Amino acid sequence: MMSAKKYFALIAAVTAVFIAFLYFSPKLFNSYTLIVLGNIYIFIILAVSYNLINGVTGQFSLEPNGFVAIGAYVTAILMLSPEVKEELYMLAEPLPLIRDVFLPNPFLTLLISGIVAALVALTLAFPVFRVRGDYLAIVTLGFGFIIRIFLINNPEISNGSMGLDSIPGFASYFWIGIACLLTVILIYNVVYSKYGRAMKAVRDDEDAALAMGVNTFKIKTLAFMTSAFFEGVGGGLLASSIGAISPDQFTFMLTFQLLIIIVLGGLGSMSGAILGTILVLGGMELLRPLDDANWHLGSIHGIPGLRMVIFSLLLLLIMLFARRGLLGDKEIWDYFKLKKNGVK
Amino acid sequence: MSIGFILQQIINGFSLGSMYALIAIGYTLVYGVLRLINFAHGDIMMVGAFMAFIFFKILGLNFYVAVLFSIIFTAIVGILTYVSAYKPLLDKGAPKISLLITAIGISFFLESLFNVIANQYLGGTYQAFYFPKWFSHIIHIGNVTIPVLTIIVPVLTLLLLGVVLFILYKTKVGIAIRALAFDITTVKLMGANSNMIIAFVFALGSALAAIGGIAYAMAYPSIDPYMGMLVGLKAFAAAVVGGIGSVTGAVIGGFILGFAEVAIPGFFPELGGWKDAFAFIFLIFVLLFKPTGIMGIDFERQRF
Repeated sequence: MMSAKKYFALIAAVTAVFIAFLYFSPKLFNSYTLIVLGNIYIFIILAVSYNLINGVTGQFSLEPNGFVAIGAYVTAILMLSPEVKEELYMLAEPLPLIRDVFLPNPFLTLLISGIVAALVALTLAFPVFRVRGDYLAIVTLGFGFIIRIFLINNPEISNGSMGLDSIPGFASYFWIGIACLLTVILIYNVVYSKYGRAMKAVRDDEDAALAMGVNTFKIKTLAFMTSAFFEGVGGGLLASSIGAISPDQFTFMLTFQLLIIIVLGGLGSMSGAILGTILVLGGMELLRPLDDANWHLGSIHGIPGLRMVIFSLLLLLIMLFARRGLLGDKEIWDYFKLKKNGVK
Repeated sequence: MSIGFILQQIINGFSLGSMYALIAIGYTLVYGVLRLINFAHGDIMMVGAFMAFIFFKILGLNFYVAVLFSIIFTAIVGILTYVSAYKPLLDKGAPKISLLITAIGISFFLESLFNVIANQYLGGTYQAFYFPKWFSHIIHIGNVTIPVLTIIVPVLTLLLLGVVLFILYKTKVGIAIRALAFDITTVKLMGANSNMIIAFVFALGSALAAIGGIAYAMAYPSIDPYMGMLVGLKAFAAAVVGGIGSVTGAVIGGFILGFAEVAIPGFFPELGGWKDAFAFIFLIFVLLFKPTGIMGIDFERQRF
């Protein structure tokens, strides 16, 4: 275990380098790259928090799309003024409560988005954690789907399938980066805390953990709520950075994308989740020319849709050769021996 | 609410349910043997429907020949997914979640491949599905109108269930499949060729999915590369409701879900928007009260 002094020095160094990077990136990159980078930061928030429940606690949950949707909608509803909402809600009159609630403070709004998502997670924990393994996967998949159907079918709350737009763009590149940094530091501290060890115990052998006096239900619920909180915050940032949301953005595809990211990076590894996000989102951007009919490499031409074919083939190849993901359940610094005898 | 209306809802529900049932059998067989949620199974169903369309409409084969070819083709695709993607991982003892990501990868691959094929060679993502007219011929009984298709599909499903049960319980390969589901390690030690048997399971499941997919395409006469995603997940929910690992359970689960999806909006029109969520709502309720499904096998204690 590294000493507390060294630990804080490391965190301070990483923070300083990253903030410097954030500060100078508008001068270094064009606006397209900045958008891609901002998107990567949001997905790092989502992936790292999803990894907490799925990788660290080993509960095969498949509903981050539901929590991201809740966060996005809470943020949108809080940030839009009553007058704008009167105009936006076309399918039904908004409920008075939904119409009048107005809190144009990005920080409080994101906090509330996270808290609402965490409270939903708390309610869901009771039915969800009655089952285990593959059954847990399908139940959570179902809840993620039901949240989306709820948003479609209650236009007086969510404006239904039309979604909401004109969401204030407070989530600038710099602030998304700061939110990402804070999330990573906070979740790192959860993972390497007493609770984090209990979470890993639940993952490795739930019955043994229970026998050793770990309140497995409490630990699972705690991990679920923490994960939901940050997914809610990420959803709020996503809503603000895109400016428009609709239920179609929060399908299984979002969950599967996050699952691919964390498994590719190495399930249970935080740096793996970050690496996975950069590789998947960056890779998708690099493959973008394949969709362009004018692009060609020798006799090979781009075809609209070809990008996904190649992406899925690459994914299959990586899974064949890196069966436990790129980093396994280790952290990247474990490979550099920075952290000797550390708790895994 | 007339008796005729009720009867009509029941028949429509069973018809839709039998399509879910056909797909759910494949999920259940693969899960029973490998403990793997084969997320690509819904897309295998899509491949079946697309290949029938391509053989019939594009290559101009006789409809029944086209259906037969499509079933064979889809069965081969099923075997290929096992051999190329799952088997190498299984042989090396990869964690289950890697297999699942591979299944999602195959699902994405099939969807995007057929998306490219449809856009490049068929002229668009959505295609109208053609089939001989007599399937949509309507029988009138009193004031109930029943298309022939809605009778054929449930009857066919029950027949196929009989075939699957016969294979599982009366043939040598069936005994081998059940033995694999019971204890895969011991069966390998006994010298059985587990790869051939698992490949057969994939072929059988995929062939049934192809039939389900073609029936689905005929009932909603259109196909698209992403049609398998939601149907596949609903069919998986059906398999779990019925008790995953039980073939009869898969059929029962499929019928229950199909019936709920047609009848509940029929009787309570205000719930229409929730139609697609019924599968999951039922699933959650069933699992809360009977955690292993209706005909379920508790995989942690005993197998088959």
